[in-house]
Amino acid sequence: MRALRWHGKQDIRCDNVPDPKIEHPRDAIIKVTSCAICGSDLHLYDGFMPGMENGDIMGHETMGIVEEVGSEVSNLKKGDRVVIPFTIFCGECDQCRRGNFSVCERSNRNKSLADKVFGHTTAGLFGYTHLTGGYPGGQAEYLRVPFADRTHIKVPLGIPDETLLFLSDIFPTGWQAAVQCDIQPDDTVAIWGCGPVGQFAIRSALLLGAKHVIAIDRVPERLAMAEAGGATVIDFSKESVVERLNELTRGKGPEKCIDCVGLEAHATATIDSMYDRAKQAVMLETDRPHVLREMMYVCRPAGTLSIPGVYGGLLDKVPFGMAMNKGLTFRMGQTHVNRWSDDLLRRIEQGQIDPSFVITHKVGLEEGPGMYKTFRDKLDGCIKVVLTP
Amino acid sequence: MSGRRIAPRQAQALAQGLGWFSIGLGLAELLAPHRVARATGLQGHERLVASYGVREIATGIGLLTSRDPAPWLWGRVGGDALDLGTLAAGLRPANRGRERSGVALLAVLGVAALDLACVLSLRPSRPRLPMPLAEYRRRSGLPRPPGAMRGAASDFVVPEDYRTPEPLRPWGGKAA
Repeated sequence: MRALRWHGKQDIRCDNVPDPKIEHPRDAIIKVTSCAICGSDLHLYDGFMPGMENGDIMGHETMGIVEEVGSEVSNLKKGDRVVIPFTIFCGECDQCRRGNFSVCERSNRNKSLADKVFGHTTAGLFGYTHLTGGYPGGQAEYLRVPFADRTHIKVPLGIPDETLLFLSDIFPTGWQAAVQCDIQPDDTVAIWGCGPVGQFAIRSALLLGAKHVIAIDRVPERLAMAEAGGATVIDFSKESVVERLNELTRGKGPEKCIDCVGLEAHATATIDSMYDRAKQAVMLETDRPHVLREMMYVCRPAGTLSIPGVYGGLLDKVPFGMAMNKGLTFRMGQTHVNRWSDDLLRRIEQGQIDPSFVITHKVGLEEGPGMYKTFRDKLDGCIKVVLTP
Repeated sequence: MSGRRIAPRQAQALAQGLGWFSIGLGLAELLAPHRVARATGLQGHERLVASYGVREIATGIGLLTSRDPAPWLWGRVGGDALDLGTLAAGLRPANRGRERSGVALLAVLGVAALDLACVLSLRPSRPRLPMPLAEYRRRSGLPRPPGAMRGAASDFVVPEDYRTPEPLRPWGGKAA
């Protein structure tokens, strides 16, 4: 089969590789009908996440048709249409029983490595480093799904792939980001980053009833799409985020702040980002936490910071004393996709939202390597890329 | 500059080359300022030459490590201007090494032209959108205007473990 494989920093290729096979009775093989490039794939592309190996198959936003199931998978059969959540989970461990699927205790097959690095393991993820299991990803023609009896979202026929595909990650990720804020009717929610997760966080905050949603970015088409979702926008290349947020909140600051940017904050926009970039260059820091610093500064005391943006390692000059004194609540983590997916599928079926609005590019798998660069550099008005194997 | 640009991939490679050149020249200036000063007719200005070496090394590291080399290339262009000014001062008749300063000045002019050609070639092409900006403004993903959709998912019950801790809830509000 053909698959997009990582061969080093900024080197993704469409290669021919052996088809996956059932390796465990709880496995399934799916024939991929659509997959997408996620913003977090760009952290691998740019070499910011440790634990990738030459030849790893990329991708964790995938859907398709069940091709084959293992002997212990009784709730799926050949021909079923499924979206595959990016987190692999067993459904049986202590964490899964609490609904904390992204920290499943059993699905990371490199548990001992993750235990050493993180203290305790997190779940296995598709196509996302050997720290999270080294599982081949879904930017391919076929995908092996471990723990397939739990790691799937069965979806009906008759709804296009484009509308359902993002149940795999970015829609529930934006949703969880807003849910983590426990939004109240009087809340102002400020969202940094208007990429795909930011767009879903904007709409989720609106649907959950935020009085005012404010979105921060500098890319015109992303800001335009944020406005379409009901947000007041701040272009950080043209105005001060802190001043504007204070102006919009009568000097009090937003109650809830969401970081949809993560470790690769724009490197030359602010002095602290340039400082971070210089420290990254000499390997004294792994992430650029400009957005975190700004959120901690501008958030209303006793407010909440929700962090769906991916961070990879060590952060410097994070004003934790400020956060402590302001009594801020931090909520973060990878998304427990299946905790939200049934509810979100119902909302899609009821027409409350059509997630396909975010797609700007749809190409074949072989064009995937080029689209990584287009997406990373925000060229050609690119916001979301869907690949069809 | 003419409208003709170096191809982007070649320009990226050239930027990398200029980065290594910067580091090489910087090391020479920093470690052997007397020799460099003599070769360029700037005897007596060894400390200045060594400080230029630090600048070259910093620029070189920036060029080799940044995703976007353009700001560092502009830094090199600024450095070239500084070098040219320094070497031009070395052309005064009283300087016995003015011929060497003249040769060095011509060399720096050549490198400056290369720096400028490279950075201008790396200027992003005019952004091209696959659809007009107005089309992005129409992409709400919502069936009705956003104002009408506010709170449409208010039937969602935030799970207990995701709720704001009781002490942080509004006094006399829901907690009451």
